[in-house]
Amino acid sequence: MTMRTQVTPLESPTGVAVVARNVQRTFNGRDVLRDVNLTVEADQFVALLGRSGTGKSTLLRILGGLDPEYEGQVLVPERRAVVFQEARLVPWLRVLSNVLLGLGSRGENRATLRDRGLEALDEVGLAQHAQDWPLTLSGGEAQRVALARALVREPQLMLLDEPFGALDALTRIKMHALLQRLCARHHPAVLLVTHDVDEAILLADRIVVLVDGAIAFDAEVDIAKPRNRGDASFLALRSRLLGELGVNESAPTPPVPSPHLVRPGSAVLTVPAQSFDSLPNDFDNKEIFQ
Amino acid sequence: MSLLKLAPPDLDDDVAVSSIVLTPPTTRGRRQRRFRVPRLVRRIVGPLAVIILWQVVCSAGVFTSYEVASPLAVFDAGRQLAEQGVLLPNLLISLRRVAEGLGLGIAIGVVLAVLSGLFRIGEDLLDPVVQAARAVPILGLVPLAIIWFGVGEMPKIFLIALGSTFAIYINTFAGIRGVDTKLVEAGETFGLDRWGLVRKIILPGALPNFLIGLRLALVGSWLIVIVAEEINAQSGLGYLIMQAQTTDRTDIMMMGLAIYAILGLLADAMVRLLERRLLTWRRGFSGA
Repeated sequence: MTMRTQVTPLESPTGVAVVARNVQRTFNGRDVLRDVNLTVEADQFVALLGRSGTGKSTLLRILGGLDPEYEGQVLVPERRAVVFQEARLVPWLRVLSNVLLGLGSRGENRATLRDRGLEALDEVGLAQHAQDWPLTLSGGEAQRVALARALVREPQLMLLDEPFGALDALTRIKMHALLQRLCARHHPAVLLVTHDVDEAILLADRIVVLVDGAIAFDAEVDIAKPRNRGDASFLALRSRLLGELGVNESAPTPPVPSPHLVRPGSAVLTVPAQSFDSLPNDFDNKEIFQ
Repeated sequence: MSLLKLAPPDLDDDVAVSSIVLTPPTTRGRRQRRFRVPRLVRRIVGPLAVIILWQVVCSAGVFTSYEVASPLAVFDAGRQLAEQGVLLPNLLISLRRVAEGLGLGIAIGVVLAVLSGLFRIGEDLLDPVVQAARAVPILGLVPLAIIWFGVGEMPKIFLIALGSTFAIYINTFAGIRGVDTKLVEAGETFGLDRWGLVRKIILPGALPNFLIGLRLALVGSWLIVIVAEEINAQSGLGYLIMQAQTTDRTDIMMMGLAIYAILGLLADAMVRLLERRLLTWRRGFSGA
């Protein structure tokens, strides 16, 4: 019954970069993706938002050809590149060789390849580090090399899996600007997986929210670029998206009482049903909570 | 319930305004040294001290020269044997046996480790066999090796090869399996084919572990060659040591052992050099 389609080149002149139809993915009987339908146009920057464990990375891995165990139909371009949360540079290959990893098997001229690699490094501002070892780079620099490694393939689809998640706030701001510049120049379709609502609004043309493995929200962002975190429209979309993600910012957080302030008998404690299994047999709550 | 007696905190003027002593934030032992003794010199100091102590103890007459020969006597024995043209040929024969056995052992160990490391079927078929064979004490195989290969060079090379194979196999296999799957996955997404993954990611990733195996194999092969030569040989350092025992020449016996020690040091230095050249990409902590 499984309809498994391999990732194949898209033969479509319609300017579509991703087609996903009725995509499902199950891990050990748990549905991680449930009937996901997604079309991404060429040149479109889509942010895929969701809490952790909602299947957004799973979807990205399927689109990247890293997970063949899905059901449904998926079409992606042949030239695609992935940037992971960790830079995943090969530590024993110099920076330039990392950028050119996996290229060159198609009989391209070595010198031409080298020039292309250096050009990509130059675009992310790291040409002078071409011959360095990856372990000598900072986190932000390593991630810029990862971006150069993606760019040098001239991808029609860039898959970014929380690429700035491990960076500090200041570096992240710089990386946002760099990514926007690169996208403006190369026009790939981008799917950015993130749990950062601000990042999504700042960068994306369109935002898709995944809740429990299904698409719960999908809309284009019609705020003029460059976007400003302080604008009313930014804030409105922000609280809308947070609401979709189940976070209500305006509601006051209930005060958490310190344990020693609770008078005996005043607190009602319940145990989640499934954890009764783990309680000892002689567990008697009367003794404890009297 | 008892009543608590409350009082204002004791305000001692001297304490309140006492100044804090400020010093530069140097940690003990991390202070910048103005003069650094070269590494090589520092590494030689320890063995040199042992030799001097050894000489002093012998000169003081703590042992008879039959029990322990002094370093000078050992050196003298070496010089005599060298002048008689006995030392060098025997040394070369031992070296050759180690080189041949080790070469064979490395080749077999690497091939087995790659087969079991890369393929699950290889692991299932090979690993139990290698693990079981490893549990057999190699020196216990000496009599069998003589039955199988006679008394020539073959049994010695066989024993050395067998010993080094295990050290190389175990460590290289662990190295291959320890390669970060995230790197393998990244390699796949960027278009490396299977052979490209093996060549660019898996084997270089296993290299540090292979070098650990190489060190162990070197030590092991010297151990095996001396035993093999003492039991059945007409040449080699081990043979010289056995001959010296029949003639009560403690100085020659200890000379043979000293040469083993020096060769062990040289072999270790060689692997260190190899590590420094091959693993330049690592920037791990290497001692303060």
